[in-house]
Amino acid sequence: MSPDPSGRLPRAFTTPGNSSFLEFLASYSPALLPGNRILPAGNAPVAPHATTIVALTFDGGVVMAGDRRATMGTMIASRQMDKVFPADDYSVIGVAGTAGIAVELVRLFQLELEHYEKIEGALLSLDGKANRLATMLRSNLGLAMQGLTVIPLFAGYDLGRSAGRIFSYDITGGRYEEHEHHSVGSGAVFARGSLKKRWQPGLGQDDAVSIAVEALVDAADDDSATAGPDSAREIWPLVATVTSAGYRRIPDDALSGIVAALAATHQRSTGRGGDAS
Amino acid sequence: MSMPFYVSPEQLMKDRADYARKGIARGRSVVVLAFEDGILFATENASRALHKISEIYDRIAFAAVGKYNEFENLRVAGVRYADLRGYSYDRADVNARGLANAYAQTLGTVFTTEAKPLEVELVVAEVGDVPDDDQIYRLSYDGSVADERGHVVMGGHAESLAVVVEKEWAPGLGLKDALALAVRVLGTQPEGEARPLAAAQLEVALLDRARPRRAFRRLTGAALEDLLPGPR
Repeated sequence: MSPDPSGRLPRAFTTPGNSSFLEFLASYSPALLPGNRILPAGNAPVAPHATTIVALTFDGGVVMAGDRRATMGTMIASRQMDKVFPADDYSVIGVAGTAGIAVELVRLFQLELEHYEKIEGALLSLDGKANRLATMLRSNLGLAMQGLTVIPLFAGYDLGRSAGRIFSYDITGGRYEEHEHHSVGSGAVFARGSLKKRWQPGLGQDDAVSIAVEALVDAADDDSATAGPDSAREIWPLVATVTSAGYRRIPDDALSGIVAALAATHQRSTGRGGDAS
Repeated sequence: MSMPFYVSPEQLMKDRADYARKGIARGRSVVVLAFEDGILFATENASRALHKISEIYDRIAFAAVGKYNEFENLRVAGVRYADLRGYSYDRADVNARGLANAYAQTLGTVFTTEAKPLEVELVVAEVGDVPDDDQIYRLSYDGSVADERGHVVMGGHAESLAVVVEKEWAPGLGLKDALALAVRVLGTQPEGEARPLAAAQLEVALLDRARPRRAFRRLTGAALEDLLPGPR
């Protein structure tokens, strides 16, 4: 690990004035950066893809939810993939697109935030975090041009404004602040329709979680690459909230209750099911 | 042209060691104590921003005495070392021993080859799943490493304070007792009664065994005041 023959920490480690892990890595060991690989010409082979992520704000925070399916062409590559991750204590990141690169991007982004926090002794602002993510995506453009696209969705609690905020990105690293709600991935169009109807100002946290799950159920209904809740295997969407208290993942038993309640409402509205009321 | 005087290697090393030791003894002491639920770090430091105690990685913390610019540089290097290692392998593969070795090599190389030794003394500590797995390494300006059991005092009148800790420390202390001991030791004067220290004069942090991932936690403000022994 240390090329210095004396065994001491290399100069790059003791050079002051840089609190970014990304920049340190680029100067010390650029081969470890995901965006720095040179790819041969031609299309990349089929690799697992992560699908739908939704996020919406509520009174005092933000909720993000992702389904658990990864697809490889027409095949299901994974039923239990995690696509929503805590970026740090006050923010959450969800990813859609090429799974391998997306997961690496998340790992690097989490480390980037933690590294800054440890070196500076302070948290980055939410805008600062969002801009950092944009920079990382920009360096991935070469891979994206070959079909290895990653589209993240970033959300967090802004400690300065005391409110939840959502940021979306495009493959060139463009960063856009979204208001109210947003969705990315193959089922995003259907999820957005659902969010548009159900979102309203002043939502409570429980309602927001339920709306997020419902949007994923609606997306799964029409998009083959998005999985609905799987009651038989007990696989639920991954739902996380960020409030002034920090990141929290909604536990599975709460989700199973929400899913059951949604199914019951759906059965009543279509006049099916054994409920003879 | 003047001929340089011959200086024997023994004398050269002794001069460097004396120089470094003098610089280290000038500052305030840092006390590191293992207790039942983790490892406690305490020092007298009126600054809220210029820390002597810091987080390195999930279960690893760093404490230093001596020249601020020199140990700050080593701290940043340690964070980079740990984060790079955790990124290349896995978070579980970052340990205090590897970091202590890297620091030891760095301090040793600087001591023998550069114009001036680093005037710092460091502690690298890692909290384990059980008290027996806790590791505390103490590193000196010349690169020597000591694997300490339970407690370390460095900087200031370290030697006389270490005697107090040695006498009063026991395995299995609670947080409150450990903090009381640390504050008593920091306030100890060569002559006369121990000075009482208020929360605002102290920098206190701990590696909390019970915390899930990042074990490092600073104790400040009201949380620290609640734990401090009452006015005597």
